[in-house]
Amino acid sequence: MPLPASPLDFTLAEARDALRAKRLSARELTTAFVEAMAEARSLNAFITETPERAAEMAAESDQRIAAGEARPLEGIPLAIKDLFCTKDVRTTAGSRILETFIPPYESTVTRNLWNAGAVMLGKTNMDEFAMGSSNENSWFEPVSSPWRAKNSNQSVVPGGSSGGSAAAVAARLCLGATGTDTGGSIRQPAALSGIVGMKPTYGRCSRWGIVAFASSLDQAGPMARTVRDAAIMLGTMAGFDPKDSTSVDCPVPDYEKDLETGVAGLRIGVPREFRLEGAPAEIDALWSRGVAWMREQGADIVEISLPHTKYALPAYYIVAPAEASSNLARYDGVRFGRRAEGAADVVDLYERSRAEGFGAEVQRRVLMGTYVLSAGYYDAYYVRAQKVRTLIARDFSNAFERCDVILTPATPGPAFAIGEKTADPVSMYLNDVFTVTANLAGLPAITVPAGVSAEELPLGLQVIGKAFDEETVLRVGRAIECAAGFSAKPAPWWRFS
Amino acid sequence: MSVDEKTVRRIATLARISLAEEQILPMAQELNGILSWVEQLRDVDVKDVPPMTSVVARHLRMREDVVTDTNEAAVLMRNAPAAEDHFFVVPKVVE
Repeated sequence: MPLPASPLDFTLAEARDALRAKRLSARELTTAFVEAMAEARSLNAFITETPERAAEMAAESDQRIAAGEARPLEGIPLAIKDLFCTKDVRTTAGSRILETFIPPYESTVTRNLWNAGAVMLGKTNMDEFAMGSSNENSWFEPVSSPWRAKNSNQSVVPGGSSGGSAAAVAARLCLGATGTDTGGSIRQPAALSGIVGMKPTYGRCSRWGIVAFASSLDQAGPMARTVRDAAIMLGTMAGFDPKDSTSVDCPVPDYEKDLETGVAGLRIGVPREFRLEGAPAEIDALWSRGVAWMREQGADIVEISLPHTKYALPAYYIVAPAEASSNLARYDGVRFGRRAEGAADVVDLYERSRAEGFGAEVQRRVLMGTYVLSAGYYDAYYVRAQKVRTLIARDFSNAFERCDVILTPATPGPAFAIGEKTADPVSMYLNDVFTVTANLAGLPAITVPAGVSAEELPLGLQVIGKAFDEETVLRVGRAIECAAGFSAKPAPWWRFS
Repeated sequence: MSVDEKTVRRIATLARISLAEEQILPMAQELNGILSWVEQLRDVDVKDVPPMTSVVARHLRMREDVVTDTNEAAVLMRNAPAAEDHFFVVPKVVE
């Protein structure tokens, strides 16, 4: 295939090959993306841009390439969700309480990327502490999706919480971005923004140096324009890390190797409980099309049952706030982060610093978590939710006796307008209805763009796999990508606004 | 179970978040909205089901008993909102 005219339209894989073949330099590539990022400030995808750092890293990459010492991601410009601590570069988690926080250390995942030669463009916007599904909960203001509905000038959300990363990839401001996914925060924004997003198995990527939200659910993963690009990034991001006690010590396979193997002979499960009452017909239609594509390519379609699916979101909204209330106890205005002025005593200092520093959704979830963990309610809420979680994980074990992967829709609908769902927390939470089960069970899952809505906004399909079987998940994702031939691209209105 | 204003005040104290008086009632209503939605978990039969403690079965590793991080007090104090020498400064806590 001929290369696109502009390097901004290269896939990560194409850019990698062009750099190695010396058809363009890392400096040229990085400069193009730094300019694109600066032209797209109206999207608000980045909280911090790091053009100087990018230039230094690109210069080193050019030296390495010239010396024949290119590393796996040499010279590839990436964006980093502002939840990953980056040494000497401000890391805010989208929160006022960390507005000026400059980490003295580097997260393991980003360290892995830089050690592989990647170039950092900047830190992307996100829902505060990764709590949200629209990026509207950021202290640094919402992100606009590069997409707009047909014949509309209205901004829609990019999804969340990794909304800045999704928008940056979709608007071609970087070749890929990191995200984190606690209930769908990689996959939901990827689906709403017409890109690929993958949450690996819990334990596959180190959580060390990632600002913690709900530690038993959080997992880092890649966001990119193609399945191959996501596979390339994951190969570098993943790996055992002694600094994370939940990191799993097992070899990281070459995720690119079997991508084109196809799905012939694979058993693909279709869970009847994912057919939601009241869901838009176009979601069901897209799902049916996905099933038909897989059947045409030789897969065996197996109807399966995941009977506890409807309890996944309610269980999540007990477990995640409980863990968050504990994790966020560290923000006390004393050791780092924002401190309120004029406190009468030390308790007043804590209470005021946290009231000023946390936004409305974070406060709501910390209070919810405090309530479900408090004396007298712990068994009724928290322990019960953890038991339901066991049942959800069992549903998957039973299903995987009959199938190799599971195919579902990614989201219950396309992107919505900024402000449309902010009044009712529960209606916002329902956005993660299809993604959250994989977090509760710790399983790998990918979303791949597969079509557009009636209003011409992107829609995605999701593939969920067995623990540590990212290879099959990617392979099926690639088969969907080939069948869907998703080629829609947002018009670059932001360059002129 | 529903949350009243007294309960909101109590959990806000436990969570060390100061809420203004006019925030108490709306917060109670929001929490009740979420709680009435999670109430459906009562329909699940969880008899004899163990609570999940870890999604991937494993034991916790022992690490080598060696020094890893060196003494970097100055670096770690850099983000402190108020510090003197290598001490964090807070309002007076003893009379």
